[in-house]
Amino acid sequence: MAEPQRARPKPTPETQHFWDGTKAGELRLQRCDACAHVYFPPRPFCPSCASRKVSVFKASGKGFLYSYVINHRPAAPGFTPPYAIAVVELAEGPRMMSNIIDCPQTPEALALDMKLEVAFEALDDKITLPVFRPAKG
Amino acid sequence: MRSNQVAVVGAAETTELGVIPNMSQLQLHADAALNAIADAGLKLSDIDGFATAVETPQQVCHYLGIKPTWVDGTSVGGCSFMLHVRHAAAAIEAGLCKTVLITHAESGKSMIGKAPRSIPADSLQGQFEAPFGVYGPPSMFPIPVLRYMKTHGITHEQIASVAVVQREWAAKNPRAMMKDPITVADVLNSRMIAYPFRLLQCCLVTDGGGALILTSADRAKDFPRKPVYIMGTGESVETPMVSQMETFNSSRAFTTAGPLAFREAGIAHKDVDHLMIYDAFAHLPLFGLGDLGFMPHEETGKFIADGNTRPGGKLPLNTNGGGLSYMHSGMYGMYALQESVRQMRGIAPAQVPNAKISVCHGVGGMFAASGTIVFTNEK
Repeated sequence: MAEPQRARPKPTPETQHFWDGTKAGELRLQRCDACAHVYFPPRPFCPSCASRKVSVFKASGKGFLYSYVINHRPAAPGFTPPYAIAVVELAEGPRMMSNIIDCPQTPEALALDMKLEVAFEALDDKITLPVFRPAKG
Repeated sequence: MRSNQVAVVGAAETTELGVIPNMSQLQLHADAALNAIADAGLKLSDIDGFATAVETPQQVCHYLGIKPTWVDGTSVGGCSFMLHVRHAAAAIEAGLCKTVLITHAESGKSMIGKAPRSIPADSLQGQFEAPFGVYGPPSMFPIPVLRYMKTHGITHEQIASVAVVQREWAAKNPRAMMKDPITVADVLNSRMIAYPFRLLQCCLVTDGGGALILTSADRAKDFPRKPVYIMGTGESVETPMVSQMETFNSSRAFTTAGPLAFREAGIAHKDVDHLMIYDAFAHLPLFGLGDLGFMPHEETGKFIADGNTRPGGKLPLNTNGGGLSYMHSGMYGMYALQESVRQMRGIAPAQVPNAKISVCHGVGGMFAASGTIVFTNEK
């Protein structure tokens, strides 16, 4: 029997640019051309002013640790507990859920507000997930 | 909506609560409904309005043999029943129906006749939360807690005290699942589930159900039970994704629904004799006390740890023992409503003496939705 697999996202027409971006090593956000609001998750209009004129851009990939849990049980398929489920606040403003790599999964190591930078983990040849590691320097 | 024009005239839970392996989820709806009908002294044929969540109105109405002229299938998580009460009160006032039955039931533990909850891989949650290892409410609902604690200066011991105080209430309630006293140390030494939360800070998983019957205040005085009037109501939704909440220092759904209900009731916080705040996890009473405006968030942890919400305290909170100690089938809002109604009828196992106003505040999903009902027993 195959190992249980991590939940695999299935892109929609509105989110395809995001997943194309992670595969290419870019974290892509959207900005409203009318009011400059930057938002996430993806949608082809601005949730602040309702304009349909929006642009996709490459985000800096920098952010900080906003909050998290360290999940012990039950573990999701494909995860070995304990593992942190984090919410990262990006430098551009939006927040996103992710995991923290290259860091012990402990309350001591995972300090709120610590600076993070994006990294990319390929699940398979179609889907690459954005994850975060402690920022260097 | 005008205050006190509609009243609860029937209220009951399922005959049993806890582990009910001999009944499907649909039958639990019927068991609760039949108990509420008997409580109100009505026949099923008297019901012309119906609301439920998760199960569809057509499923439950067909099973019970009800022929409604008004239905509401609002299903926004565990506070759906607070929203049903609000919608039913408006419908009765508008003349769309006269007598509304609201049912909840869940085979949350035994999982008989209950569809498993799943997250579609192409939903926003499936794309932007599920791949990072969220797996059930314990891995999601506590995600805001560390930020809330840091912002407001709340300690682990203060949040642990929520579970301790509610166990004190549960000890007075023969139908509560967990009655043995616990200490803050017991909570902080219990099995780790999702840091910062341990087992005793997470709700129970049980089977059960409940039902309410509402009618106009004019008719309510002819029923066998003391009417419990709907004094004020509020509702809102924010986001199905906990990661996308506007802030982790507060809940926007709470700060919308709660103040709406207080304004409609025309009451101040000092008027509240009894309070229910849906406690799927131990941080919810803190969010609730702050977001409903009882006190600044900075004071919520100390307020509970100091014993103000315990039996004999100045603000009795979650007097049935709550989702942490009474029962929690998955959508707990109905049980919070039942306890408010019992308190207003004066028949609760841990009755608050002379309570005249009860506030019942619910959450749906992981801060995804909220509903608040203010009840009174004086018109």
